Formats: sequence, structure tokens, C-alpha cells
Amino acid sequence: MFYREAGDYKVSYQQDSQTFPIKFDRYRYFLVMAVAFLVVPFFVNDYWANAILLPFLIYSIAAIGLNILVGYCGQVSLGTGGFMAVGAYACYKLMTAFPEVSMFVHVLLSGGITALVCVAFGLPSLRIKGFYLAVATLAAQFFLVWLFNRVPWFYNYSASGQINAPERDVFGVIVTGPNAPAWATYLFSLIFLTVCAIVARNLTRGTVGRSWMAIRDMDIAAEIIGVNPLKAKLSAFGVSGFFIGISGALFFAVYLGAVEVGEAFGITKSFLVLFMVIIGGLGSIFGSFAGAAFLVLLPVVLKVVGVDLLGWPTDIVAHFQLVIVGALIIVFLIAEPHGIAQLWRVAKEKLRLWPFPH
Amino acid sequence: MKDMDDSSVTEDGRTIGGVVMEMKNITLRFGGVVAIKDISFDIREGEIRAIIGPNGAGKSSMLNVISGFYVPQEGDVWFRGSKRPAMRPYEVARQGIARTFQNIALFDGMSVLDNVMTGRLNYMKTNIFQQALWRGRAEAEETENREVVERIIDFLEIQAIRKTPVARLPYGLKKRVELARALAAEPKLLLLDEPMAGMNVEEKEDMSRFILDANDEFGTTIALIEHDMGVVMDLSDRVVVMDYGKKIGDGTPDEVRNNQAVIDAYLGVSHD
Repeated sequence: MFYREAGDYKVSYQQDSQTFPIKFDRYRYFLVMAVAFLVVPFFVNDYWANAILLPFLIYSIAAIGLNILVGYCGQVSLGTGGFMAVGAYACYKLMTAFPEVSMFVHVLLSGGITALVCVAFGLPSLRIKGFYLAVATLAAQFFLVWLFNRVPWFYNYSASGQINAPERDVFGVIVTGPNAPAWATYLFSLIFLTVCAIVARNLTRGTVGRSWMAIRDMDIAAEIIGVNPLKAKLSAFGVSGFFIGISGALFFAVYLGAVEVGEAFGITKSFLVLFMVIIGGLGSIFGSFAGAAFLVLLPVVLKVVGVDLLGWPTDIVAHFQLVIVGALIIVFLIAEPHGIAQLWRVAKEKLRLWPFPH
Repeated sequence: MKDMDDSSVTEDGRTIGGVVMEMKNITLRFGGVVAIKDISFDIREGEIRAIIGPNGAGKSSMLNVISGFYVPQEGDVWFRGSKRPAMRPYEVARQGIARTFQNIALFDGMSVLDNVMTGRLNYMKTNIFQQALWRGRAEAEETENREVVERIIDFLEIQAIRKTPVARLPYGLKKRVELARALAAEPKLLLLDEPMAGMNVEEKEDMSRFILDANDEFGTTIALIEHDMGVVMDLSDRVVVMDYGKKIGDGTPDEVRNNQAVIDAYLGVSHD
């Protein structure tokens, strides 16, 4: 009904391979971007930024990163929390060592450092796959958290063992520390998310993405037609690590401000991001957004409905959340392994013909 | 052994050039099982070379040796005039050898177009940073290769399904998409592992036409394994016959048809 592609002719291969081939999608994308960049910053307050927008933006980056590795390249990873911690600690060390450098540089460098660490932990993927690789990345998770706990150099020998984000700015606007205004932290994270999403899309629609997907779908055939498995797998680990590192840096510096590694970047974080990817849709950038939005919004909605409207005790609502997420994972794995993104695709296909299905 | 350069013209007017690939005394063992035993043969430029034999004769193993998936214990593979060193399958692909598989090995999660585009991987030179930027070199390269792929799609008459995920396609079309992916690589040598297995007569006729056309139009050298004798005898210029890992015949279809060892292998020998 509201979704038409008839009359939308493409006359070149560039037009056919653009991000949003359908005019309607393209306009909607521009509209969303305009609202996100030009409207929301004027209305955002601390509650909205901290409860919903910042976690959504930052988890989306992490989910895109993990989706590249798991959804596009088919390499299971349970080390997301550990890799986010690498990003956070890299960012902390850079922030304290070079206070005068812009936060943009720090976050990007943290991503780069995490990419290198991720590639190193991706080396076992050349030999093992599936469950065994999952266990290898799980080792990365525990090792990295242990490392950041036990080596005082990483937290600058502070007595508490925590890291605290000092106040840093971008072109004079404070984006970290307790005095950062909500709109600044929001815009800062949004810029990173936008760039990451565009880069992810560019990579996945081209040669690199096709060699990742070839490895995912049938690795032996991929190698015989000319995919270098070493290059494909390690580049997926690298790109994934870059995004996850950025999200870890933002999570620490912009969102939380103070971090204790075991608490903020434990194994639960790895599972949370993995659930986002599964519920949102493996192998879909849109799915990463959908999964992140779903799992960020779910606790907020449950709290509003359960505690505020129905007057239930807080702990019962918190437990309910676990039950619901668990049930949803099972339902999605059985009924729709491709997640919300697939539901959305099916809905679109139906809507193309609605209300006259023939 | 024939001279490298001598070329001949077939009765239907195609030119067969010098030797492209030569297998010299190949022996392949899996533990105690000898899959291929001391086999030598050559493939000449522009010809259609068939490898036939009863089940378990070692034909697919032979193809896997050519495509670098198996490394033979003894013997050498000579490709385009030089001995091929030990290399990984993707390096062999980069040298210009493409293949299809007996059990379709398409990438199920991708569309037909993307599957065929993977055949062009070896022509993609942009690095990951240019790809991330997309505008400029990466986009231009994508478009150039897309044009080649569209010609192949056109050639194999699969335009209507180019955006369909391959998992949704019927068997015969999947086989055709796999051929498209191999042809997209513009191979110097194309290996087809039972391209017509499980097809009905009409599909076999289509496939035979595509194989002949590819050979005719692009001059592709083709080595194929096939069980349908009618097809093999009609398509191929020369035939290698294998049985229990040994070569029992080699020559034109007519020579092979009248070879007593070949007849024995296919029909059995009486033991009285």
C-alpha cells in the first residue's frame, strides 16, 4: 500500500547496487537521518540520552560489528565483551596519555587497536570452526577481562581498579565526563554509528562481503573458486574488531564514564550483543539496528508497564525480562532464524501487493 | 608425446591448439587405498576433454587433483608449459582454472547475481579500504565486473532469476548458475564434474548446448566428467577412460568406443 517500486527504473549498474535501490526507501533514509541529526539533538534530555538513545546507538555499533563476523562471515564469536573492553581500555590509556588530542582520534585509534587484538584471536578460526571456535573466542573473553583486572598499568595504578573517563572535548564541545551535555554525547555517538553503518554496508555489498558470505555458506567451495580463506576470515575479524572496539570505547567514555571491567564487559555482555544479532537478524545491517533497539527498549518498556502501570515489585519485573528474552531467543531460533530483519522483509513483500494479493 | 605447438582443426571447424595441461604419472593414495595409479594425459587448448569410467574409478579425484584440492603423492601437473608447484586451491583458481561440483556447491545465502559475481573475485583488485569508501575505484570495479557477469547471465539465459536467492531455485537452474559462476572467471581451463547428473533429457540438451556454445564462443578449454555416454560421445573431442584408478583408454570417442578394455570395464568380462 505505502510501498511501491513500480516505475522505479534503474538505468545503470551503479543505480542497481546502491544502498537503497528503491526510491521510497531512499527518501525514508534521508528523513530518518535528518530527524536524527537536526531534530533530536534539540529535544534530547539526560533521561532519554542515558536510558535509551546512547545504549541504542552504542549497542548498534557493537551489533553491526558482531554481525559482520557471525552473520556475514559465519565465524561464531563469544568474545564481544572482551573486545569491547579492549576498546574501552585503549581509549582510557589514550585519553590519559594524550589529553590534548581530539576524542575522535582516540575512539578511532581504540577501534584500530581492538581490530589488531581481534585478528590475533581470530587466528584459530583458520583451523577450527563452529562450536570449537566459539570456545576459542570464549577464552579470549576470559583472558582479556583477567588481563585488565590484573595488570595495573591498564588502569593507571588507581586504587579502586576502576577506570574513570576524564573530561575530553571535540572542537571545544565536552563529550565525556559528568559535565558533557546530552546532545553532545548523543551526536558524538550518532556520527560514529552512521559512519560504521555506511562502511559496513559498503563492505558487504562488494567483493569483500561476497568473499565473507562465500566462506560462510560453503568454505571448501569458496576456496576452490578463489577465495583466500586466511584473508577473508581475518579481514572479517579485523573489521568486526574495529567496530566493536569503537563501541567499547564509546560505552566506557561517553555512556558509563566509569568502568569496572568484569562488571561492564563480562560474558553477559558478549551474550547480550549476540542475542541482539540473532533476534535482529544474522547477515543484515538493518537487523543489527533492530536487535539493538529491541533489547535496549525491552527493559525500559517492561519497567514502564510492570512497575509504573501495574505496580509490580522491581525485582520481579527484572526477572521477567530474563524470562522474556530467553523465550524470544528460542522462538526466533525455531520460527525465524533470520530474525526481525526477515520478518520485515516478508512484511514488505506482502505489503507490495496489499490490499489486492493477486 | 605430441609437440606442444601443433594445432589441428576439428571436423566442425574449431581449432585445437597446443597442450594446456599435462598430467604426468599422477599417483594419489588415501592411506592404503590407491585412488589414482600412474595416470598421464594431456588437455589441449580449445578442446572438450571427457573423463569417463565406472563408479569409483577415480574421476572426481582426478578433477580434485587438477583443481589443487588433492595433492598427489607422485607425479607432476604441468599447466601452460611449466610445472605447477604445490599450491592452495585458491591459488590454482587464480591461475585460471574454474570448476563446478558434482553436488551443487553454490552459496545458498546469496542471490544468483552475487553467486556469479564471486566468480570474478580474482579480477577484483581494490583493497578493503577502497571497498569501505565505495565511491571511486571500488564502485568502478564493481560496475566493470558486473558488465562481464551480465554477459554471462545473458549467455546462459538466467536474466529473470538474477536477484533470486539460489536456495529457492530448482535443481536444473542451480546447475546452470554454477556453470555461470565458473564461466564468469573466464577460465583458461574449465572443469565440469557431472554437469548433467540428475537431469531430464530436455535439461541435458540445454546444458550440452551451453557447454558447446561456451567452448565455441569463448574458446574455453573444458574437461568434464559425465556418465551419460551419449552426451560424452557427442560433445567431446577426446576421451580418457579410467577404471580402478588406472587409465584403460585414451583417444577420440570412436577409438574409445571400440577399445576392448573399455568395453570389458563397462560390460564386465566373463570368467569362464
